[in-house]
Amino acid sequence: MAILIDERTRVVVQGITGHQGSFHTGQMIDYGTRVVAGVSPGKEGQEVRGVPVYDTVEAAVEKHGATASIIFVPAPFTKDAVLEALDAGIKLVVVITEHVPLHDAMEIMARARLKGATIIGPNTFGVISPGKSKIGIMPNQIYTPGRVGIVARSGTLSYEIAASLTHAGFGQSTVVGMGGDRVVGLSFIDVLKMFEQDKETEAVVLVGEIGGTAEEEAAEYIKGMSKPVVAYLAGKHAPPGKRMGHAGAIIERGRGTYQSKVEALEAAGARVAALPWQVAELVREALR
Amino acid sequence: MKFFEYMAKEVFRERGIPTPRGRVAASPGEAAQVAAEIGAPVAIKSQVLAGGRGKAGGIRFADTPDQAREVAAGLLGQEVRGYRVERVLVEEKLQIDRELYLGIAVDTARKSPLVIASVHGGVNIEEVPEKDIVKRPVDITLGLYPYFARGIARRLGLEGAIARQFADILTRLYRIFRDYDAELVEINPLVISGDRLIAADGRLNIDDDARFRHQDLPEVSEATELERRVREIGLSYVELDGDIAVMANGAGITMATIDVLAEYGGRAMNFLDAGGGAAVEPMAKAMAVLVSTNPKAIFVNIFGGITRCDDVANAIVTVKQQQGIPVPLVVRLVGTNEDKGVAILREHGIEAFRDMGEAARKAVELARQGGER
Repeated sequence: MAILIDERTRVVVQGITGHQGSFHTGQMIDYGTRVVAGVSPGKEGQEVRGVPVYDTVEAAVEKHGATASIIFVPAPFTKDAVLEALDAGIKLVVVITEHVPLHDAMEIMARARLKGATIIGPNTFGVISPGKSKIGIMPNQIYTPGRVGIVARSGTLSYEIAASLTHAGFGQSTVVGMGGDRVVGLSFIDVLKMFEQDKETEAVVLVGEIGGTAEEEAAEYIKGMSKPVVAYLAGKHAPPGKRMGHAGAIIERGRGTYQSKVEALEAAGARVAALPWQVAELVREALR
Repeated sequence: MKFFEYMAKEVFRERGIPTPRGRVAASPGEAAQVAAEIGAPVAIKSQVLAGGRGKAGGIRFADTPDQAREVAAGLLGQEVRGYRVERVLVEEKLQIDRELYLGIAVDTARKSPLVIASVHGGVNIEEVPEKDIVKRPVDITLGLYPYFARGIARRLGLEGAIARQFADILTRLYRIFRDYDAELVEINPLVISGDRLIAADGRLNIDDDARFRHQDLPEVSEATELERRVREIGLSYVELDGDIAVMANGAGITMATIDVLAEYGGRAMNFLDAGGGAAVEPMAKAMAVLVSTNPKAIFVNIFGGITRCDDVANAIVTVKQQQGIPVPLVVRLVGTNEDKGVAILREHGIEAFRDMGEAARKAVELARQGGER
């Protein structure tokens, strides 16, 4: 089953003629993703890696039945691109672009809510259901099909953990990158709910970090979950008031500390790993 | 990017929000002159980007222009909450009947602007009991209408002319929030002085990612000299107070690297996120900066996805050949083009680790030996 995407998902790549867009189109096709069309205004008629390019998302939907979109458009134009996808009827939009203005993100999310669509990101590595499809920029080789769901705020750290799970013999059902920004489309709770419903998922790994209150909110939901949750959080030793790369990763006015998140998650029954490579061992325990 | 109080108030004034009479001054003489113009008594406020200035002695009062000169001389050049005072704001001293709080922030859970208001102002809003705070999300696609602002005034128990002024100020504040791409705009305290409302202090924090829409705005940077140098290369950098220089690729894994070093008893000197897909040249430049800070050890922790391990290896080798790396270097290198990267390093006598924990332990050990040298 997998969540969010599967082998039938029909993907349009917005910004396909750009450096990142064309490279990752190739990577996605190699993985088996059904990339049906690309969009680059003014470049209709071209092809990128065998994929036809159109000026508008509407054309990609009409001609190829695209249902999901991945955005590689520069930040100043990202809002326009996402709104276009939503108005064309796309129901899943993955926004890879980083540095999308906060106000643009809020407007995008309001529009998506109205359209009943799902946004992943901005500033995400995307979503992958190993062996089926991926819409994102994650390295292909570290994943393997299996029964552990992963939801993460950060990319490379989740690669690290996915790779160590794979190495320990645990495949993944779906891996979702929420994005490192403050305002992102999917919350931990949204994804946890999907994993709870998903027949192919037996345990969930939550990869969080300092800043905001998303992990504390997730803990509230985890209390009622039937599936075990293992968490790892980055930023234990980050000083308050300093933004650690991600827009969301900052301890402000005493909120969003490592300690409060760990306490909330442990109180909810989640197992929290102190070091990234301990996640696999905790998953093993949880599934025993 | 944070605006200084005086800059926030200039914006407020332009947008029709009442502020105390006054002006910024960069010298004691100028402070005396402003005090003479507006008439004493005056408040003299250090312009620093930290909260809690009052408690730290950064806000003082003066009854005459001469006294204003003295007070300003005492503040200018001093440090308040870790920031050097380069300017003071000299303002009329307000008669304060009551203090309110009014702010607009971003509610990340609701993904919308959030109006926060309270009849307890002048203190950190986090210290006000939740029951005394009015919080209402704004539908960003609709905007903030006057009726919405009147509703908040009512909930605060404000009446008559004060309620009307409050609603007007909130409506204008929301326009500022939107027009400036603010993360936070705040009036604290919003002072009731007789029959008038006045913004006695102001904050305006602007989203750095929206700078391209606001190229006319002045640049205010909190970054240290070193942070500025690395950020100019296009990488994310924060100075910390340990002795092991860190470079990793991705914010999450860089934070995790710092944590892992700490678990083994080491302390990171910095957070350097080389990002996804950084090219050889910026990585080499960043490495060179790390070397120049003279750490006890350097720990490079790369999990290559978009970032290619051979690029990382080439960056390291470039620095080694061009300027030398006179401190112990530990490299953990896995992922895309791992074999190529490891081979390049080996050719130049650098061993690469596969395991993050093992590498971190080694870095801590070498840093400790360096300390004993």
